[in-house]
Amino acid sequence: MRISDETIDYVGILAKLDLDEQEKEQAKTDMGNMLDYIDKLNELDTDGVEAMSHVSPIHNVFREDIVEERTLDDRKKILQNAPKQKDGCFVVPKTVE
Amino acid sequence: MDMRTMTALELGRKIRAGECTAVDAVNASLGQISALEQELNCYVTVEPEKAIERAEEVQKKIEAGELTGPLAGVPVAIKDNMCTTGTLTSCSSKILSNFVPTYTATAVKRLEDAGAVILGKTNMDEFAMGSTTETSYYGATKNPWNLDRVPGGSSGGSAAAVAAGECFYALGSDTGGSIRQPASFCGVTGMKPTYGTVSRYGLIAYGSSLDQIGPIARDVSDCAAILETIVAHDIKDSTSVDVAETDYTSALVDDVAGMRIGIPRDYLGDGLDPEVKAAVLAAADELAKKGANVEEFDLNLVEYAIPAYYIIASAEASSNLSRFDGVKYGFRVPEFDGLHDMYKKTRSKGFGAEVKRRIMLGSFVLSSGYYDAYYVKALKVKALIKQAFDRAFEQYDVILGPTAPTTALKLGDNLSDPIRMYLGDIYTVSVNLAGLPGISVPCGCSAEGLPIGVQLIGDSFQEKKIIRAAYAYEKTRTWGQPELAEGRHSK
Repeated sequence: MRISDETIDYVGILAKLDLDEQEKEQAKTDMGNMLDYIDKLNELDTDGVEAMSHVSPIHNVFREDIVEERTLDDRKKILQNAPKQKDGCFVVPKTVE
Repeated sequence: MDMRTMTALELGRKIRAGECTAVDAVNASLGQISALEQELNCYVTVEPEKAIERAEEVQKKIEAGELTGPLAGVPVAIKDNMCTTGTLTSCSSKILSNFVPTYTATAVKRLEDAGAVILGKTNMDEFAMGSTTETSYYGATKNPWNLDRVPGGSSGGSAAAVAAGECFYALGSDTGGSIRQPASFCGVTGMKPTYGTVSRYGLIAYGSSLDQIGPIARDVSDCAAILETIVAHDIKDSTSVDVAETDYTSALVDDVAGMRIGIPRDYLGDGLDPEVKAAVLAAADELAKKGANVEEFDLNLVEYAIPAYYIIASAEASSNLSRFDGVKYGFRVPEFDGLHDMYKKTRSKGFGAEVKRRIMLGSFVLSSGYYDAYYVKALKVKALIKQAFDRAFEQYDVILGPTAPTTALKLGDNLSDPIRMYLGDIYTVSVNLAGLPGISVPCGCSAEGLPIGVQLIGDSFQEKKIIRAAYAYEKTRTWGQPELAEGRHSK
């Protein structure tokens, strides 16, 4: 399958990846080869087969929406991993003018 | 006997009997690490002071009778995709190069509660995406048997560390073969439990419907004991199953009389190295000699497992890895123009080539217009593969075959050709798609001196059957793998 520049740009937007020209060319080749290979699945007749998202014998798992085992100390530690933090919050670039 | 080549259970017994201490054990591992680590690169992080301090604390508890379990005091290595409080957890990626978790993965916590002494975090393919441990941001791990070869992957650091005596056992994770294949390449024993058996809480997700944590160790008994320790129903993982029978060590019985073992003919065809084939069939013969009924059968659909796997795993990866955006943890690029530019630049600089390749593929197969043709199609094929295994397990207790089509490949051989690398997973990925347990056990060496593994696959939650078969086979083995690896490096 030939992957167009438009497709790669679109997938780049979905994937939130910024590829340079060389990476884009490589991605076109790699994705094209992979999709050709994946097309092998079309040899199989899957009409009437139910898509299986999960193999486990479990379905929905519910619990009460109660916060457990959390302290302010945890919050401090969690924020220590943030590239930028202020007043107990994550800092991101300005998103609203 | 050299302490460095002991099994985890042997060491645990000696510590409990007072023949050596947990501190002696951790020093033996640390000595081996300082002797070999420079050339092998099994670890991303080693924490000697913490490990010694912990060993002293554990030793006191053992002496006070507070810790009595089989693994108390035994040093362990943890794959670097499992969160450990206060210790860098990088997933071998640049994007998590400064991530220090505030909580510990349930499986690791279970080991700590049993008195394990953690040495450090092992190298892996970045985000577990790869079969060679070459996609790590922190450099490739080398195979202890031959330094020009890969250790396999993605749990290559864990497998190589066990083989080289840089730890007594390790935890790995297996999404498409990432425990079993490196175990095969490194001549150690590695087990992937049934999906849902071990909690995934704290395991940094790659393909959530496929990922499972499991042991890598020197023999089958160790694997059974480790699994028995880490198994747990965990409310923090909604896919965790409350497994009824978890007394895995009770299956360490040298008796396979009457056991029905099937060898898929489709696992013995094109692409299988003749030496691997001969060793695997010889292992089957040993089990037959012990009274197992061994026969070949047609499993079918084997060639469709890899394409279905790469669609599903990449789709889940593209979703799971969207959380790495430079906001809450990890690396953020210093310069950018607005929020979206920050996301894109951070991710583009923070992820390596293979991870980006899979995120792109995953985003594509989930995108509007292609979702049904690729993603839903793959889920349907997954259902067919599960049905094929269900049929097989009506006939057999255990399925036997190779773990990988070859022995360890040369470093650099596969990086340029992704599809070729993916084909190396042909005997392992279908087990993940169907959620089944599988174990790789050493079954010989090639003429070049590289280990070969035989894989035993069981039906869902039938771990005890594969442990029994693996144990019975192991008893027929006349050569000791760890000694061999050790010999290569004896000082």
